Amino acid sequence: MIVSVASGKGGTGKTTVAVSLALAAASSRPDRVQLLDCDVEEPNCNLLLGMNLETAEEVNLGVPAIDKTKCDFCGKCADFCNYHALAVLPSDVIVFSELCHGCGGCMLLCPKGAIGEKTRTVGTIQRGRKDGLELYQGLLNIGEAVAVPVIKALKRKIDSGRLVILDSSPGAACPVVETIRGSDLCLLVTEPTPFGLHDLKIAVTVARKLNVPFGVVINRDGIGDGRVDDWCKDEKIPVLMRIPNSLEVARLYSKGIPPVLGMPDLNDRFIELLKAVEGRA
Amino acid sequence: MSGGTHIKQLTVISGKGGTGKTTLVAAFASLAKNAVLADCDVDAADLHLILKPEILERQDFTGLRQAEIDGQKCTGCGKCREHCRFGAIGEDFVVIQDRCEGCGVCRLVCPAGAVRLEERKAGEAYLSRTRFGPMSHAELEPGGEASGKLVSLVIANAQKLADNEGRDLIIIDGPPGTGCPVIASIGGSDLALVITEPSLSGIHDMERVLAVCEHFRVPAAVCINKHDINDTNTCAVEIWCKSKGLEVAGKIPYAEVTTRAMIAQKTVIEFDEGGIGRDVAALWSKVLDRLGA
Repeated sequence: MIVSVASGKGGTGKTTVAVSLALAAASSRPDRVQLLDCDVEEPNCNLLLGMNLETAEEVNLGVPAIDKTKCDFCGKCADFCNYHALAVLPSDVIVFSELCHGCGGCMLLCPKGAIGEKTRTVGTIQRGRKDGLELYQGLLNIGEAVAVPVIKALKRKIDSGRLVILDSSPGAACPVVETIRGSDLCLLVTEPTPFGLHDLKIAVTVARKLNVPFGVVINRDGIGDGRVDDWCKDEKIPVLMRIPNSLEVARLYSKGIPPVLGMPDLNDRFIELLKAVEGRA
Repeated sequence: MSGGTHIKQLTVISGKGGTGKTTLVAAFASLAKNAVLADCDVDAADLHLILKPEILERQDFTGLRQAEIDGQKCTGCGKCREHCRFGAIGEDFVVIQDRCEGCGVCRLVCPAGAVRLEERKAGEAYLSRTRFGPMSHAELEPGGEASGKLVSLVIANAQKLADNEGRDLIIIDGPPGTGCPVIASIGGSDLALVITEPSLSGIHDMERVLAVCEHFRVPAAVCINKHDINDTNTCAVEIWCKSKGLEVAGKIPYAEVTTRAMIAQKTVIEFDEGGIGRDVAALWSKVLDRLGA
Protein backbone atom coordinates (compact mmCIF):
# COMPACT_ATOMS: atom_id res chain seq x y z
CA MET A 1 0.00 0.00 0.00
CA ILE A 2 1.32 3.44 -0.94
CA VAL A 3 0.42 6.39 1.31
CA SER A 4 1.59 9.88 0.34
CA VAL A 5 1.70 12.85 2.70
CA ALA A 6 1.15 16.29 1.14
CA SER A 7 -0.18 19.67 2.23
CA GLY A 8 -0.26 22.63 -0.12
CA LYS A 9 1.03 24.98 2.57
CA GLY A 10 4.55 24.41 3.84
CA GLY A 11 5.41 23.83 7.47
CA THR A 12 2.12 22.20 8.41
CA GLY A 13 3.79 19.01 9.64
CA LYS A 14 4.07 16.66 6.64
CA THR A 15 7.44 15.33 7.72
CA THR A 16 6.33 14.85 11.33
CA VAL A 17 3.28 12.90 10.14
CA ALA A 18 5.20 10.81 7.58
CA VAL A 19 7.99 9.90 10.02
CA SER A 20 5.66 9.24 12.95
CA LEU A 21 3.43 6.99 10.85
CA ALA A 22 6.46 5.14 9.50
CA LEU A 23 7.83 4.62 13.03
CA ALA A 24 4.46 3.41 14.31
CA ALA A 25 4.18 0.95 11.41
CA ALA A 26 7.78 -0.28 11.60
CA SER A 27 7.52 -1.02 15.32
CA SER A 28 4.60 -3.39 14.72
CA ARG A 29 6.03 -5.00 11.56
CA PRO A 30 9.78 -4.53 11.18
CA ASP A 31 11.22 -4.67 7.66
CA ARG A 32 7.81 -4.31 6.07
CA VAL A 33 7.80 -0.51 5.87
CA GLN A 34 9.48 1.94 3.50
CA LEU A 35 9.66 5.71 3.90
CA LEU A 36 10.56 7.75 0.80
CA ASP A 37 11.47 11.41 1.28
CA CYS A 38 10.20 12.89 -1.99
CA ASP A 39 10.81 16.51 -0.91
CA VAL A 40 14.05 16.31 -2.88
CA GLU A 41 14.65 20.08 -2.72
CA GLU A 42 14.61 20.06 1.09
CA PRO A 43 14.55 16.49 2.45
CA ASN A 44 14.06 16.50 6.24
CA CYS A 45 12.92 13.01 7.26
CA ASN A 46 16.39 11.87 8.21
CA LEU A 47 16.89 14.87 10.49
CA LEU A 48 14.30 13.15 12.69
CA LEU A 49 15.53 9.60 12.05
CA GLY A 50 19.30 10.08 12.20
CA MET A 51 20.19 7.12 10.00
CA ASN A 52 23.57 6.64 8.37
CA LEU A 53 22.83 7.15 4.71
CA GLU A 54 24.71 5.63 1.81
CA THR A 55 24.42 6.74 -1.81
CA ALA A 56 22.26 4.24 -3.66
CA GLU A 57 22.50 5.86 -7.08
CA GLU A 58 23.09 9.07 -8.95
CA VAL A 59 20.24 10.54 -10.95
CA ASN A 60 21.37 11.37 -14.45
CA LEU A 61 19.70 13.11 -17.33
CA GLY A 62 20.77 12.57 -20.94
CA VAL A 63 21.70 15.92 -22.41
CA PRO A 64 23.01 16.65 -25.92
CA ALA A 65 26.70 16.43 -26.74
CA ILE A 66 27.51 18.13 -30.06
CA ASP A 67 30.13 16.70 -32.39
CA LYS A 68 31.30 19.93 -34.00
CA THR A 69 33.23 18.07 -36.71
CA LYS A 70 29.91 16.74 -38.05
CA CYS A 71 27.65 19.74 -37.26
CA ASP A 72 26.91 22.12 -40.16
CA PHE A 73 25.12 24.62 -37.88
CA CYS A 74 21.80 24.29 -39.69
CA GLY A 75 19.92 25.27 -36.50
CA LYS A 76 17.20 22.58 -36.68
CA CYS A 77 17.96 21.36 -33.16
CA ALA A 78 17.53 24.85 -31.66
CA ASP A 79 14.28 25.35 -33.60
CA PHE A 80 12.95 22.05 -32.27
CA CYS A 81 13.89 22.51 -28.61
CA ASN A 82 10.89 23.85 -26.69
CA TYR A 83 13.02 24.48 -23.62
CA HIS A 84 15.51 26.84 -25.34
CA ALA A 85 18.35 24.58 -24.25
CA LEU A 86 20.26 24.93 -27.53
CA ALA A 87 21.53 28.01 -29.34
CA VAL A 88 23.12 27.67 -32.79
CA LEU A 89 25.53 30.37 -33.93
CA PRO A 90 27.16 30.60 -37.37
CA SER A 91 30.05 28.43 -36.25
CA ASP A 92 29.16 27.18 -32.81
CA VAL A 93 26.45 25.43 -30.81
CA ILE A 94 25.81 26.26 -27.15
CA VAL A 95 24.04 23.76 -24.89
CA PHE A 96 22.28 25.12 -21.79
CA SER A 97 22.23 21.82 -19.92
CA GLU A 98 20.23 23.04 -16.93
CA LEU A 99 17.32 23.93 -19.23
CA CYS A 100 17.35 20.53 -20.99
CA HIS A 101 14.54 18.12 -20.08
CA GLY A 102 16.38 15.21 -21.70
CA CYS A 103 13.67 14.42 -24.27
CA GLY A 104 16.21 13.28 -26.86
CA GLY A 105 14.46 15.08 -29.73
CA CYS A 106 17.53 16.95 -30.98
CA MET A 107 19.47 13.70 -31.30
CA LEU A 108 16.66 12.13 -33.28
CA LEU A 109 16.29 14.94 -35.76
CA CYS A 110 19.86 16.09 -36.46
CA PRO A 111 20.34 15.49 -40.20
CA LYS A 112 24.09 15.09 -39.77
CA GLY A 113 23.97 12.71 -36.83
CA ALA A 114 26.10 15.22 -34.94
CA ILE A 115 24.29 15.03 -31.60
CA GLY A 116 25.11 12.34 -29.13
CA GLU A 117 24.13 12.05 -25.52
CA LYS A 118 26.11 12.61 -22.38
CA THR A 119 24.85 12.23 -18.88
CA ARG A 120 24.56 15.01 -16.38
CA THR A 121 24.03 14.31 -12.70
CA VAL A 122 21.12 16.31 -11.24
CA GLY A 123 20.77 14.60 -7.89
CA THR A 124 21.31 11.50 -5.79
CA ILE A 125 19.27 8.80 -4.12
CA GLN A 126 20.41 7.84 -0.63
CA ARG A 127 19.39 4.87 1.46
CA GLY A 128 19.37 4.09 5.16
CA ARG A 129 17.90 1.51 7.49
CA LYS A 130 17.30 1.47 11.22
CA ASP A 131 14.99 -0.37 13.60
CA GLY A 132 13.13 -2.19 10.85
CA LEU A 133 12.49 0.94 8.78
CA GLU A 134 13.98 1.47 5.33
CA LEU A 135 14.45 5.09 4.20
CA TYR A 136 15.20 6.38 0.73
CA GLN A 137 15.72 10.07 0.21
CA GLY A 138 16.25 12.04 -2.96
CA LEU A 139 18.51 15.08 -3.03
CA LEU A 140 18.37 17.61 -5.86
CA ASN A 141 21.77 19.19 -6.50
CA ILE A 142 22.14 22.88 -5.61
CA GLY A 143 21.34 25.11 -8.56
CA GLU A 144 19.27 22.44 -10.35
CA ALA A 145 15.79 23.56 -11.31
CA VAL A 146 13.87 20.38 -12.04
CA ALA A 147 13.00 18.03 -9.20
CA VAL A 148 10.79 15.60 -11.12
CA PRO A 149 13.53 13.29 -12.50
CA VAL A 150 14.87 12.76 -8.96
CA ILE A 151 11.38 11.95 -7.65
CA LYS A 152 10.84 9.50 -10.50
CA ALA A 153 14.13 7.74 -9.71
CA LEU A 154 13.18 7.64 -6.04
CA LYS A 155 9.78 6.09 -6.74
CA ARG A 156 11.46 3.26 -8.67
CA LYS A 157 12.68 2.09 -5.22
CA ILE A 158 9.11 1.36 -4.14
CA ASP A 159 8.54 -2.22 -3.02
CA SER A 160 4.78 -2.34 -3.39
CA GLY A 161 4.50 -5.45 -1.23
CA ARG A 162 5.22 -3.27 1.78
CA LEU A 163 3.61 -0.26 3.38
CA VAL A 164 5.24 2.66 1.54
CA ILE A 165 5.01 6.20 2.92
CA LEU A 166 5.91 9.13 0.65
CA ASP A 167 6.73 12.55 2.12
CA SER A 168 5.94 15.24 -0.48
CA SER A 169 7.26 18.75 -0.98
CA PRO A 170 4.85 21.61 -0.21
CA GLY A 171 2.86 23.39 -2.90
CA ALA A 172 0.77 21.99 -5.70
CA ALA A 173 3.05 22.03 -8.75
CA CYS A 174 4.79 19.23 -10.67
CA PRO A 175 6.90 17.76 -7.82
CA VAL A 176 3.75 17.24 -5.76
CA VAL A 177 1.89 15.68 -8.72
CA GLU A 178 4.80 13.32 -9.35
CA THR A 179 4.90 12.29 -5.68
CA ILE A 180 1.24 11.59 -5.04
CA ARG A 181 0.38 10.10 -8.43
CA GLY A 182 -0.53 6.42 -8.03
CA SER A 183 -0.90 6.52 -4.23
CA ASP A 184 -3.59 4.38 -2.63
CA LEU A 185 -4.22 7.17 -0.16
CA CYS A 186 -3.00 10.73 0.29
CA LEU A 187 -2.91 12.35 3.73
CA LEU A 188 -3.31 16.10 3.43
CA VAL A 189 -1.80 17.78 6.48
CA THR A 190 -3.16 21.21 7.25
CA GLU A 191 -3.52 23.69 10.08
CA PRO A 192 -6.75 25.44 11.06
CA THR A 193 -5.77 28.88 9.74
CA PRO A 194 -6.78 30.88 6.65
CA PHE A 195 -3.50 30.00 4.90
CA GLY A 196 -3.89 26.34 5.83
CA LEU A 197 -7.45 26.21 4.47
CA HIS A 198 -6.67 28.07 1.26
CA ASP A 199 -3.77 25.76 0.39
CA LEU A 200 -5.67 22.65 1.51
CA LYS A 201 -8.33 23.44 -1.09
CA ILE A 202 -5.64 23.57 -3.79
CA ALA A 203 -4.14 20.26 -2.62
CA VAL A 204 -7.59 18.65 -2.62
CA THR A 205 -8.06 19.75 -6.24
CA VAL A 206 -4.78 18.07 -7.18
CA ALA A 207 -5.69 14.82 -5.41
CA ARG A 208 -9.10 14.78 -7.10
CA LYS A 209 -7.54 15.41 -10.54
CA LEU A 210 -5.22 12.46 -10.02
CA ASN A 211 -8.03 10.24 -8.67
CA VAL A 212 -6.10 9.63 -5.47
CA PRO A 213 -8.32 8.98 -2.41
CA PHE A 214 -7.47 11.35 0.42
CA GLY A 215 -8.15 12.32 4.00
CA VAL A 216 -7.14 15.27 6.14
CA VAL A 217 -4.86 15.53 9.18
CA ILE A 218 -5.36 18.73 11.20
CA ASN A 219 -2.17 19.77 12.93
CA ARG A 220 -1.92 22.50 15.60
CA ASP A 221 -5.56 21.82 16.28
CA GLY A 222 -6.98 24.68 18.32
CA ILE A 223 -4.62 27.40 17.14
CA GLY A 224 -6.94 29.08 14.67
CA ASP A 225 -10.59 28.90 13.76
CA GLY A 226 -13.15 26.27 12.73
CA ARG A 227 -13.23 26.92 9.00
CA VAL A 228 -11.11 23.90 8.00
CA ASP A 229 -13.48 21.63 9.93
CA ASP A 230 -16.55 23.29 8.41
CA TRP A 231 -15.18 23.02 4.92
CA CYS A 232 -14.20 19.34 5.31
CA LYS A 233 -17.69 18.63 6.60
CA ASP A 234 -19.30 20.42 3.65
CA GLU A 235 -17.08 18.58 1.18
CA LYS A 236 -17.55 15.25 3.02
CA ILE A 237 -13.78 14.90 3.42
CA PRO A 238 -12.79 12.64 6.33
CA VAL A 239 -10.62 14.19 9.06
CA LEU A 240 -8.47 11.18 9.95
CA MET A 241 -6.46 12.70 12.77
CA ARG A 242 -5.95 15.78 14.91
CA ILE A 243 -2.67 16.81 16.49
CA PRO A 244 -3.30 19.30 19.31
CA ASN A 245 -1.43 22.60 19.19
CA SER A 246 1.53 22.15 21.50
CA LEU A 247 4.79 23.96 22.03
CA GLU A 248 6.21 20.63 23.24
CA VAL A 249 5.77 19.17 19.73
CA ALA A 250 7.55 22.19 18.24
CA ARG A 251 10.39 21.96 20.79
CA LEU A 252 10.99 18.22 20.25
CA TYR A 253 10.83 18.66 16.47
CA SER A 254 13.31 21.55 16.63
CA LYS A 255 15.84 19.24 18.29
CA GLY A 256 15.37 16.56 15.65
CA ILE A 257 13.44 14.26 18.00
CA PRO A 258 10.30 12.70 16.47
CA PRO A 259 7.60 14.10 18.79
CA VAL A 260 6.03 10.62 19.12
CA LEU A 261 9.12 9.40 20.94
CA GLY A 262 8.76 12.04 23.64
CA MET A 263 4.96 12.00 23.86
CA PRO A 264 3.29 8.59 24.38
CA ASP A 265 -0.22 10.08 23.89
CA LEU A 266 0.76 11.28 20.47
CA ASN A 267 2.18 7.88 19.57
CA ASP A 268 -1.22 6.32 20.41
CA ARG A 269 -2.85 8.74 18.00
CA PHE A 270 -0.53 7.64 15.23
CA ILE A 271 -1.31 3.98 15.92
CA GLU A 272 -4.98 4.94 15.50
CA LEU A 273 -4.13 6.80 12.28
CA LEU A 274 -2.31 3.73 10.98
CA LYS A 275 -5.43 1.64 11.59
CA ALA A 276 -7.58 4.23 9.82
CA VAL A 277 -5.16 4.33 6.88
CA GLU A 278 -5.11 0.56 6.52
CA GLY A 279 -8.88 0.45 6.82
CA ARG A 280 -8.96 2.44 3.60
CA ALA A 281 -6.71 0.10 1.61
CA MET B 1 17.41 49.25 -14.72
CA SER B 2 14.60 51.34 -15.98
CA GLY B 3 14.05 55.00 -16.59
CA GLY B 4 17.54 55.64 -15.27
CA THR B 5 16.66 54.67 -11.69
CA HIS B 6 17.27 51.20 -10.38
CA ILE B 7 14.20 49.53 -8.95
CA LYS B 8 15.44 47.41 -6.05
CA GLN B 9 14.21 43.84 -5.62
CA LEU B 10 13.95 42.06 -2.27
CA THR B 11 13.01 38.36 -2.31
CA VAL B 12 11.90 36.60 0.86
CA ILE B 13 12.61 32.86 0.78
CA SER B 14 13.20 30.12 3.35
CA GLY B 15 13.96 26.68 1.96
CA LYS B 16 11.56 25.11 4.46
CA GLY B 17 7.90 26.01 4.17
CA GLY B 18 5.90 27.55 6.98
CA THR B 19 8.69 29.59 8.56
CA GLY B 20 6.74 32.85 8.19
CA LYS B 21 7.61 34.27 4.76
CA THR B 22 4.13 35.53 3.93
CA THR B 23 3.44 36.92 7.42
CA LEU B 24 6.65 38.94 7.21
CA VAL B 25 6.13 40.10 3.62
CA ALA B 26 2.63 41.34 4.54
CA ALA B 27 4.16 43.21 7.48
CA PHE B 28 6.84 44.70 5.20
CA ALA B 29 4.01 45.86 2.91
CA SER B 30 2.61 47.78 5.91
CA LEU B 31 5.97 49.42 6.56
CA ALA B 32 7.25 50.14 3.04
CA LYS B 33 6.72 53.65 1.76
CA ASN B 34 6.93 53.17 -1.98
CA ALA B 35 6.89 49.50 -2.92
CA VAL B 36 5.21 47.02 -5.25
CA LEU B 37 4.24 43.66 -3.73
CA ALA B 38 4.71 40.43 -5.68
CA ASP B 39 3.54 36.95 -4.63
CA CYS B 40 5.78 34.42 -6.36
CA ASP B 41 4.59 31.38 -4.40
CA VAL B 42 2.34 30.77 -7.38
CA ASP B 43 1.19 27.24 -6.58
CA ALA B 44 0.14 28.03 -3.00
CA ALA B 45 -0.22 31.81 -2.93
CA ASP B 46 -1.43 33.23 0.40
CA LEU B 47 -0.37 36.88 0.46
CA HIS B 48 -3.70 37.98 -1.05
CA LEU B 49 -5.49 36.60 2.03
CA ILE B 50 -3.96 39.45 4.06
CA LEU B 51 -3.59 42.17 1.44
CA LYS B 52 -7.05 41.60 -0.14
CA PRO B 53 -6.10 42.97 -3.56
CA GLU B 54 -8.62 44.47 -5.91
CA ILE B 55 -7.81 42.91 -9.28
CA LEU B 56 -7.47 45.51 -12.05
CA GLU B 57 -6.19 43.32 -14.88
CA ARG B 58 -6.14 39.56 -15.58
CA GLN B 59 -3.86 37.70 -17.99
CA ASP B 60 -4.07 34.07 -19.06
CA PHE B 61 -0.86 32.15 -18.52
CA THR B 62 0.06 29.38 -20.93
CA GLY B 63 2.67 27.00 -19.62
CA LEU B 64 4.38 24.32 -21.68
CA ARG B 65 2.55 23.10 -24.76
CA GLN B 66 1.04 19.65 -24.62
CA ALA B 67 0.74 16.91 -27.19
CA GLU B 68 -2.59 15.71 -28.53
CA ILE B 69 -2.99 12.68 -30.75
CA ASP B 70 -5.72 12.65 -33.38
CA GLY B 71 -7.32 9.24 -33.02
CA GLN B 72 -8.62 9.39 -36.61
CA LYS B 73 -5.14 9.73 -38.08
CA CYS B 74 -3.25 7.51 -35.58
CA THR B 75 -2.33 4.09 -36.99
CA GLY B 76 -1.20 2.70 -33.64
CA CYS B 77 2.36 2.07 -34.85
CA GLY B 78 3.77 2.83 -31.40
CA LYS B 79 6.69 5.04 -32.47
CA CYS B 80 5.57 7.85 -30.15
CA ARG B 81 5.46 5.53 -27.16
CA GLU B 82 8.84 4.08 -28.03
CA HIS B 83 10.49 7.52 -28.11
CA CYS B 84 8.63 9.39 -25.35
CA ARG B 85 10.96 9.59 -22.37
CA PHE B 86 8.27 10.82 -20.01
CA GLY B 87 5.92 7.84 -20.23
CA ALA B 88 3.19 10.17 -21.44
CA ILE B 89 1.65 8.02 -24.16
CA GLY B 90 -1.15 6.12 -22.51
CA GLU B 91 -3.34 3.22 -23.55
CA ASP B 92 -5.07 3.61 -26.92
CA PHE B 93 -2.57 6.37 -27.73
CA VAL B 94 -4.18 9.01 -25.57
CA VAL B 95 -1.64 11.44 -24.10
CA ILE B 96 -1.45 11.44 -20.30
CA GLN B 97 -1.60 15.21 -19.90
CA ASP B 98 0.06 15.53 -16.53
CA ARG B 99 3.09 13.54 -17.71
CA CYS B 100 3.55 15.33 -21.02
CA GLU B 101 6.36 17.91 -20.93
CA GLY B 102 5.56 19.29 -24.38
CA CYS B 103 8.89 18.36 -25.99
CA GLY B 104 7.37 17.41 -29.35
CA VAL B 105 9.31 14.16 -29.87
CA CYS B 106 6.02 12.31 -30.53
CA ARG B 107 5.15 14.76 -33.29
CA LEU B 108 8.65 14.40 -34.69
CA VAL B 109 8.49 10.61 -34.99
CA CYS B 110 4.82 10.18 -35.94
CA PRO B 111 4.68 8.93 -39.54
CA ALA B 112 0.96 9.70 -39.80
CA GLY B 113 1.09 13.38 -38.81
CA ALA B 114 -1.39 12.61 -36.03
CA VAL B 115 0.21 14.70 -33.27
CA ARG B 116 -0.36 18.38 -32.57
CA LEU B 117 1.17 20.50 -29.78
CA GLU B 118 -1.48 22.66 -28.15
CA GLU B 119 -1.14 25.78 -26.05
CA ARG B 120 -2.96 25.26 -22.81
CA LYS B 121 -4.01 27.66 -20.12
CA ALA B 122 -2.03 26.80 -16.99
CA GLY B 123 -2.94 29.69 -14.73
CA GLU B 124 -3.74 33.37 -14.45
CA ALA B 125 -1.66 36.42 -13.58
CA TYR B 126 -3.13 39.51 -11.94
CA LEU B 127 -2.26 43.16 -11.65
CA SER B 128 -3.95 44.55 -8.55
CA ARG B 129 -4.27 47.36 -6.07
CA THR B 130 -4.02 46.94 -2.30
CA ARG B 131 -4.20 49.25 0.70
CA PHE B 132 -0.38 49.29 0.67
CA GLY B 133 0.19 49.83 -3.04
CA PRO B 134 0.20 47.89 -6.29
CA MET B 135 0.48 44.10 -6.30
CA SER B 136 1.45 41.50 -8.90
CA HIS B 137 0.29 37.95 -8.25
CA ALA B 138 -0.90 34.79 -9.94
CA GLU B 139 -2.60 31.49 -9.56
CA LEU B 140 -1.13 28.34 -11.10
CA GLU B 141 -3.77 25.74 -11.91
CA PRO B 142 -3.57 23.09 -9.21
CA GLY B 143 -1.07 20.47 -10.35
CA GLY B 144 0.26 22.74 -13.07
CA GLU B 145 3.77 22.77 -14.48
CA ALA B 146 6.09 25.60 -15.57
CA SER B 147 5.72 27.37 -12.22
CA GLY B 148 9.13 28.98 -12.79
CA LYS B 149 7.82 30.56 -15.99
CA LEU B 150 4.79 31.95 -14.13
CA VAL B 151 7.10 33.35 -11.43
CA SER B 152 9.05 35.18 -14.14
CA LEU B 153 5.78 36.65 -15.45
CA VAL B 154 4.78 37.85 -11.96
CA ILE B 155 8.15 39.58 -11.56
CA ALA B 156 7.95 41.16 -15.03
CA ASN B 157 4.47 42.46 -14.16
CA ALA B 158 5.76 43.84 -10.85
CA GLN B 159 8.56 45.65 -12.68
CA LYS B 160 5.99 47.13 -15.06
CA LEU B 161 3.86 48.31 -12.11
CA ALA B 162 6.92 49.83 -10.42
CA ASP B 163 7.84 51.65 -13.62
CA ASN B 164 4.36 52.97 -14.25
CA GLU B 165 3.79 54.16 -10.72
CA GLY B 166 7.27 55.37 -9.91
CA ARG B 167 7.88 52.81 -7.15
CA ASP B 168 11.48 52.09 -6.17
CA LEU B 169 11.22 48.70 -4.48
CA ILE B 170 9.66 45.32 -5.29
CA ILE B 171 9.03 43.03 -2.32
CA ILE B 172 8.73 39.42 -3.46
CA ASP B 173 7.11 36.67 -1.38
CA GLY B 174 9.03 33.64 -2.62
CA PRO B 175 8.22 29.93 -2.70
CA PRO B 176 9.71 27.22 -0.46
CA GLY B 177 12.28 24.74 -1.77
CA THR B 178 15.35 25.21 -3.97
CA GLY B 179 14.04 24.35 -7.45
CA CYS B 180 12.82 26.26 -10.50
CA PRO B 181 10.33 28.67 -8.88
CA VAL B 182 12.93 29.65 -6.25
CA ILE B 183 15.62 30.15 -8.87
CA ALA B 184 13.19 32.29 -10.91
CA SER B 185 12.22 34.29 -7.78
CA ILE B 186 15.75 35.29 -6.77
CA GLY B 187 17.06 36.02 -10.28
CA GLY B 188 17.86 39.73 -10.47
CA SER B 189 17.24 40.35 -6.76
CA ASP B 190 19.38 42.81 -4.83
CA LEU B 191 18.84 40.84 -1.64
CA ALA B 192 17.41 37.47 -0.67
CA LEU B 193 16.14 37.52 2.90
CA VAL B 194 16.11 33.93 4.16
CA ILE B 195 13.58 33.33 6.94
CA THR B 196 14.53 30.35 9.05
CA GLU B 197 13.37 28.84 12.32
CA PRO B 198 15.65 27.29 14.93
CA SER B 199 14.72 23.67 14.17
CA LEU B 200 17.21 21.24 12.65
CA SER B 201 15.15 21.15 9.47
CA GLY B 202 14.80 24.93 9.36
CA ILE B 203 18.59 25.22 9.61
CA HIS B 204 19.28 22.44 7.09
CA ASP B 205 16.90 23.99 4.57
CA MET B 206 18.30 27.49 5.15
CA GLU B 207 21.81 26.25 4.43
CA ARG B 208 20.67 24.66 1.15
CA VAL B 209 18.77 27.71 -0.07
CA LEU B 210 21.69 29.98 0.89
CA ALA B 211 23.88 27.73 -1.27
CA VAL B 212 21.45 28.36 -4.13
CA CYS B 213 21.79 32.12 -3.55
CA GLU B 214 25.56 31.79 -3.61
CA HIS B 215 25.39 29.66 -6.77
CA PHE B 216 23.46 32.40 -8.56
CA ARG B 217 25.46 35.20 -6.84
CA VAL B 218 22.46 36.74 -5.10
CA PRO B 219 23.41 38.59 -1.86
CA ALA B 220 21.63 37.14 1.17
CA ALA B 221 20.76 37.92 4.78
CA VAL B 222 19.04 35.80 7.43
CA CYS B 223 16.11 36.31 9.79
CA ILE B 224 15.47 33.83 12.61
CA ASN B 225 11.74 33.54 13.23
CA LYS B 226 10.29 31.88 16.37
CA HIS B 227 13.83 32.20 17.79
CA ASP B 228 12.73 31.34 21.34
CA ILE B 229 11.49 27.85 20.35
CA ASN B 230 15.08 26.65 20.70
CA ASP B 231 17.68 29.09 22.03
CA THR B 232 20.57 26.68 21.51
CA ASN B 233 19.78 26.28 17.82
CA THR B 234 19.26 30.03 17.44
CA CYS B 235 22.70 30.58 18.87
CA ALA B 236 24.11 27.97 16.48
CA VAL B 237 22.52 29.76 13.51
CA GLU B 238 24.04 33.07 14.63
CA ILE B 239 27.50 31.58 15.00
CA TRP B 240 27.23 29.79 11.66
CA CYS B 241 26.07 32.97 9.87
CA LYS B 242 28.92 34.94 11.41
CA SER B 243 31.42 32.36 10.18
CA LYS B 244 30.00 32.70 6.66
CA GLY B 245 29.93 36.50 6.77
CA LEU B 246 26.12 36.53 6.63
CA GLU B 247 24.14 39.17 8.46
CA VAL B 248 21.38 38.06 10.84
CA ALA B 249 19.06 40.98 10.15
CA GLY B 250 16.51 40.12 12.81
CA LYS B 251 15.16 37.69 15.38
CA ILE B 252 11.40 37.41 15.85
CA PRO B 253 9.87 35.58 18.84
CA TYR B 254 7.22 32.88 18.59
CA ALA B 255 3.81 34.51 18.96
CA GLU B 256 0.34 33.08 18.48
CA VAL B 257 -0.83 36.64 17.77
CA THR B 258 0.40 36.08 14.19
CA THR B 259 -2.40 33.52 13.70
CA ARG B 260 -4.99 35.92 15.13
CA ALA B 261 -3.75 38.65 12.79
CA MET B 262 -4.07 36.23 9.86
CA ILE B 263 -7.65 35.38 10.82
CA ALA B 264 -8.43 39.11 11.04
CA GLN B 265 -6.86 39.55 7.57
CA LYS B 266 -4.44 42.08 9.01
CA THR B 267 -0.67 42.41 8.98
CA VAL B 268 1.09 42.02 12.33
CA ILE B 269 1.97 45.72 12.12
CA GLU B 270 -1.72 46.61 11.89
CA PHE B 271 -2.72 44.07 14.51
CA ASP B 272 0.02 44.21 17.13
CA GLU B 273 2.16 47.25 16.48
CA GLY B 274 3.54 47.55 19.99
CA GLY B 275 4.28 43.82 20.37
CA ILE B 276 5.72 41.61 17.66
CA GLY B 277 5.22 44.52 15.27
CA ARG B 278 8.13 46.26 16.94
CA ASP B 279 10.51 43.35 16.25
CA VAL B 280 9.38 43.23 12.63
CA ALA B 281 9.87 46.99 12.24
CA ALA B 282 13.44 46.64 13.55
CA LEU B 283 14.06 43.88 11.01
CA TRP B 284 12.62 46.04 8.23
CA SER B 285 14.92 48.95 9.00
CA LYS B 286 17.95 46.60 8.86
CA VAL B 287 16.73 45.25 5.51
CA LEU B 288 16.36 48.79 4.14
CA ASP B 289 19.90 49.61 5.28
CA ARG B 290 21.15 46.54 3.48
CA LEU B 291 19.31 47.51 0.31
CA GLY B 292 20.72 51.01 0.55
CA ALA B 293 17.17 52.27 0.21
